[in-house]
Amino acid sequence: MSDNGARKSKKLKNKIPIILKYIILIMALLFIIVPIIIIIFGGLKTRGEFYTIPYVPPIPPRWGNIVRIVKMPIFWYMLRNSMVVTTAATAGVVIIASMSAFVFARINFKGKGVMFQFFTLGLMFPATVAILPIFLIVRQIGLQNNLIAVILVLTTFQLSMSTVILRNFFMEVPSELQDAAMIDGCNTIGFFWRILIPLAKPSLAAVASLAVVNTWNDLLVALVLIDSEKLWTLQLGTMQFQGQYGQDLSLVSAFLILAAIPAVIFYMFAQRHIVSGLTAGSIKG
Amino acid sequence: MRTRNLSKDRIKVFLFLIPAAALILTFLVIPIFQCGYYSLFDWNGMGPAEDFTGLQNLKNILTNKVFLKAVGNSFTIVALSLFIQLPMALFLAIVIGRGIRGRAFYRTVFFLPYVLSEAITAVMWRILYNPEPSRGFINAVFQAFGWETKAWLGDTSLVLFSIFVVLTWKYIGFHMLLYITGLQNISKDIEEAALIDGVNRRQMLTYITIPLLAGTIRTSVYLSVLGSLQVFAIVWIMTKGGPVNASEVLSTYMYRFSFVRFQLGYGAGVAIVMLIIALIFSITYMSFVRRTEHIA
Repeated sequence: MSDNGARKSKKLKNKIPIILKYIILIMALLFIIVPIIIIIFGGLKTRGEFYTIPYVPPIPPRWGNIVRIVKMPIFWYMLRNSMVVTTAATAGVVIIASMSAFVFARINFKGKGVMFQFFTLGLMFPATVAILPIFLIVRQIGLQNNLIAVILVLTTFQLSMSTVILRNFFMEVPSELQDAAMIDGCNTIGFFWRILIPLAKPSLAAVASLAVVNTWNDLLVALVLIDSEKLWTLQLGTMQFQGQYGQDLSLVSAFLILAAIPAVIFYMFAQRHIVSGLTAGSIKG
Repeated sequence: MRTRNLSKDRIKVFLFLIPAAALILTFLVIPIFQCGYYSLFDWNGMGPAEDFTGLQNLKNILTNKVFLKAVGNSFTIVALSLFIQLPMALFLAIVIGRGIRGRAFYRTVFFLPYVLSEAITAVMWRILYNPEPSRGFINAVFQAFGWETKAWLGDTSLVLFSIFVVLTWKYIGFHMLLYITGLQNISKDIEEAALIDGVNRRQMLTYITIPLLAGTIRTSVYLSVLGSLQVFAIVWIMTKGGPVNASEVLSTYMYRFSFVRFQLGYGAGVAIVMLIIALIFSITYMSFVRRTEHIA
């Protein structure tokens, strides 16, 4: 009898940490998710509703704010600019980093170690540090207020990490494969294009997805290099929108919903690649 | 014949390095040196820098009260991240990593804020932190519990903490993800062997799981410190470093002097100090990693 009771209490004792775990997990989950839900609620209300019943679900949803923003030409400019910058920088990162990663993975030469250090300098300090002189250099080249400058700078910021990720992958490809390709009459560059690159597709996808997230989310580079409204990126626009319409919180919330949609869609499709890029980059880098 | 072909080939391959080298030189290395150079001048960015003042900027920076405040705040964010955010992330990773149903769901949700931009995050939390309970959700919750509502971003003693909460919201999922990946890489055999040897759950965690995660923890510490040192967008959008410099951090301080006040020489000096702080940290980290890896 008493034995039974002891067993029961032991069972209970084992259960308490599990219950506690779930409580903490659920609290953490709420901490992440509730802010997003509140903003979505807010964005789908009229201004009046926002101030009188801010936290109840928007039933029925009011699309007025969303429609108002969608009708602003500037919103579409921002979206287009962000897409241009992100696409170009991502393409640049993938192409340029895979080229240099290939050299570091496959070719031996004197001073390779030092050279590699130089290529991975970007991992040693926050790129933010360089933003002031970058502004000066861009001004000297005459590229200020030009998306090309934003693209070049954001590409550079991604190069170090991407080179490391791709080099690690290229090094894992057995050298027998290269020998076989050579015997079949492939030169080094042919081996790179025809064999290594197709093999590296998953790594390239990871590097590309990471570059998309990082360049899409940039604020500082665009803030420093871009003046004219028509060239604002979505992030820069988000900041400015809040400055301009900060009094109308439901309108700002609606803007946030719209501004977040591209990233969320991308996340839904590329989550696996983003995650593998991040873990590959940080665990081996 | 064959070797000559190969070496010709090799030279062509070296051309592969040129695009990356050119970009890194132009937008990373040369800027850093220029930064060092301009920090020696009193310069407003117009015309050439002529008013050479030597180390005067540096001296002014290091004795400036607001700068020291910014250093303190940046270090506070680093410390809070290391001692609160990362342990929480580790805890969540251990809970989620071990046979909880709906693992993929939790992972997706916790990682979502990482994908949202800092600009969106900052504007969002500005709304949530609105001091009026009828507008700001956080104070609405406080009111509902009967607690005193607070000026989250307006109170000098609270603002840094409020910002840290936002940083945690955004980045905890990222660190959690690193830990989950690290946990997955731990061989099941080791844990099973330990179980057979009669190790209990807590012992397993302290003597086996966490030591085996050391590499991952180190990486996440590294990323967290470098990330915390360069926090910009969230602070700039939420408070611009205020009220009365209470949330000023290194990057907002640098930005203010470089691009708002156009004291470029001084701003360049601040950037150099930031660079030195980051380099001291990353070099220490790397030599530490090298030493411990030798032992292992």
